[in-house]
Amino acid sequence: MTPIILFYIFAIILLLSAIMVVSVRNSVHAALFLILAFCNAAGLFMLAGAEFLAVLLVAIYAGAVMVLFMFIVMTMQTELVQLKEGVQRYMPVGCVIAFILIIEFILIAIHWKVDPKIINQFSNSPLQHISNTKALGNILYTHYVLLFQICGLILLVAMIGAIVLTLHKNPNNRRQNIAKQHRREPNQSLEVHDVPLNKSIKDIGGFIRPKETYYGVTQEDSFGPKPGDKSDITEKRQQREQIK
Amino acid sequence: MEHFFFHTLAGSIVLIVLKTLALLVPVLVGIAYLTWLERKVLAAIMLRKGPNVVGPFGLMQPFADAVKMIFKETVIPAKANRVLFFIAPILVFTLSLIAWAVIPVNNGWAVANLNIGILYLLAISSLGVYGTLLAGWASNSKYSLLGAMRATAQMISYEVSIGLIIVSILLLVGSANLNDIVLAQRRIWFFLPMFPMFIIFFISCLAETNRPPFDFAVGESELVAGFFVEYSSMAFGLFFLAEYGNMILMSAIISILFLGGWLPPLDYVPFTWIPAPFWLIIKILFCLFCFIWVRSAFPRYRYDQLMRLGWKIFLPFSLIWVVLTAGFLMSTGIGIYGGAG
Repeated sequence: MTPIILFYIFAIILLLSAIMVVSVRNSVHAALFLILAFCNAAGLFMLAGAEFLAVLLVAIYAGAVMVLFMFIVMTMQTELVQLKEGVQRYMPVGCVIAFILIIEFILIAIHWKVDPKIINQFSNSPLQHISNTKALGNILYTHYVLLFQICGLILLVAMIGAIVLTLHKNPNNRRQNIAKQHRREPNQSLEVHDVPLNKSIKDIGGFIRPKETYYGVTQEDSFGPKPGDKSDITEKRQQREQIK
Repeated sequence: MEHFFFHTLAGSIVLIVLKTLALLVPVLVGIAYLTWLERKVLAAIMLRKGPNVVGPFGLMQPFADAVKMIFKETVIPAKANRVLFFIAPILVFTLSLIAWAVIPVNNGWAVANLNIGILYLLAISSLGVYGTLLAGWASNSKYSLLGAMRATAQMISYEVSIGLIIVSILLLVGSANLNDIVLAQRRIWFFLPMFPMFIIFFISCLAETNRPPFDFAVGESELVAGFFVEYSSMAFGLFFLAEYGNMILMSAIISILFLGGWLPPLDYVPFTWIPAPFWLIIKILFCLFCFIWVRSAFPRYRYDQLMRLGWKIFLPFSLIWVVLTAGFLMSTGIGIYGGAG
């Protein structure tokens, strides 16, 4: 009796929160309702005895994917007007996709039948007596190992693609090179001068800033502008000096 | 009586509530006294006396603090999102407590002896990010939002290496049940064969709980108090309690994964006189002392250094360690049938 009650509680909350995801106005609230939906779906998995899948659903979808979503949603100032701009333009496409999906669901619902072979396989197999995690592992790494590897490769390609798309090197960006910092000796960055009284360090031909980071003396492996390299900053600097 | 507890629905619910109370009341008292312990240890390191006015040795200080906290006024920022503003601290505190459900304090003594206990812990700790994120966003303040972003980025980066370290332990044990993990350490505690992972896990736990030297979320000099800067009264108190609760939880996880949980160091007479749960408590206290010790001994990291440490050093290192562990177990055939210990 209790599982049935729990099932309906989880299912109702799941459906309600799924509806709320697409109907609330605030995008952060929408993301939160999606997380609620995931947690309830995990509850349903738990009721079905698939505890491994349930925990994975919470850990990966609710715990990792949605966090990144929330990051974007929170930092983005999404205006409702902006969101509603394209509605009329995209409506026909959306309707077509929705229509195709509904037809497919109906087709599946009509022809749904569980393969009797599989039922026999499961009722006789030793998988029945071992835990969820082990059963999944046994199937995943034996029967479907090739598909599993292909999935991994696709994810790897997607990851590399995302990194390539977002990575752009800014030559003016000064980044820390820790190995270089450790290699640095005092005489590379320090000059000791005896400054006579009533003189400044400039008068005797020294400069105060460290040698290496002094403008135009940057070493080749650093990210700063190279000697003789006319980047934006050098031009601006020259302009400023001319004005002076 | 036995029939009521084990064979009726109401009885089983009462039993679960009793079990939960038996675990959570000591945890809550522990949280209260951890604040006292931290102040005492910090004071001792800095050659001060620490709290010594309220009660003998300042032992009533946590309760004085609690009373003060409760009687303060709750201030809600004018443009805050009220619902989320209140949900966030509750969420953080609840999540720090429900993870205790799977922690075994003796052989088989856990509120829920889950087969996937360690995965449950991972899932709960990955949900903990939301409290931080929501608190920062709902207070509608720049400092809060920046603090929340930092804290969240930090927590999800270090979760990755924590997950990989847990994988290498699972390889050794062959089970995700925390009880089995402790029993597998009967011959040797895992911190010896897995020493580098033990250190990385400890550092990752520091980062995961936003403790110094990784306390960027609360970097006082830059962000005032990070994501909970707008919180006052008991709402602030809940964040505070959650932080200390997470510290105790992480110490318990370290003790279970690496320090042999409730097992005595040697299975001989003087050690076996002390009851098993006390060994777990002693190990938790040792880890907590290290947490506090690190706080007073090291200056705060810089944020980009933290990210570099997490992604470029810990992640590859723990990944290689997983491969090495798996290779070692396959070549020697130790762990294939479950249990290397």
